[in-house]
Amino acid sequence: MGILVKTKPYGEIEVAEERIINFPEGVLGFDDIKKFVLLDPEDDSPFSWLQAFDEPNLAFILMSPTSFLDKYDLLVSQGDLSLVKAEKDTELLVFAIITIPTDQTLMTANLQGPIVINKKDKIGIQAISLSERYGVKHRVLQEIQKEVAEA
Amino acid sequence: MLVLARKLNESIMIGDNIEVIVIDIKGDQVKLGIKAPKKVTVHRKEIYREIEQENISALDSEFNPDKLRELSDFFKKDTGKNKK
Repeated sequence: MGILVKTKPYGEIEVAEERIINFPEGVLGFDDIKKFVLLDPEDDSPFSWLQAFDEPNLAFILMSPTSFLDKYDLLVSQGDLSLVKAEKDTELLVFAIITIPTDQTLMTANLQGPIVINKKDKIGIQAISLSERYGVKHRVLQEIQKEVAEA
Repeated sequence: MLVLARKLNESIMIGDNIEVIVIDIKGDQVKLGIKAPKKVTVHRKEIYREIEQENISALDSEFNPDKLRELSDFFKKDTGKNKK
């Protein structure tokens, strides 16, 4: 049985209950929003959505960092990992929140505050990367070009 | 707010197991060492603000599925799976 959710990108849709992810600490700036729904990409699009439950207008566009980087090191504190109950073999979904300005070729990815989800236990957090390499505004298309140039 | 004066190499304890040590003082910059249990998260305060601000900007993203589809070819197929 699905649940009806009002979403920003697709209007009201039915989602499986298991798609609801608890964010015990919300995301930064929205600490009181504790429930989100993870919406998968449409066909071949790289974009997923993190839709706040009961807040149709609060929705983030997500992309896996490895859609545009060869690799992304998830270097976060033990505290962050224990919040998502991550143990050695826990499968984690890792996403960057994407910001898309009017000129969408200038879209940026936030690699410093990755969204980390323990899919099995349905717990998510916005972690904070401990790596000096990652900032909040990585130009996505530039990163792809860099990778192509290096290859 | 509690205010304590400390000299170079002196420290304070926060609770029983968090120690903050003054490691170096140069001009207007102070280097602090922090000894804390692994589960305690320590970050510069600006990082929280930056991520918060970026989250707010992200909400104003212009999402136009048709236009974005044109860019899809740039991306690798990946579902975000990552082992830890």
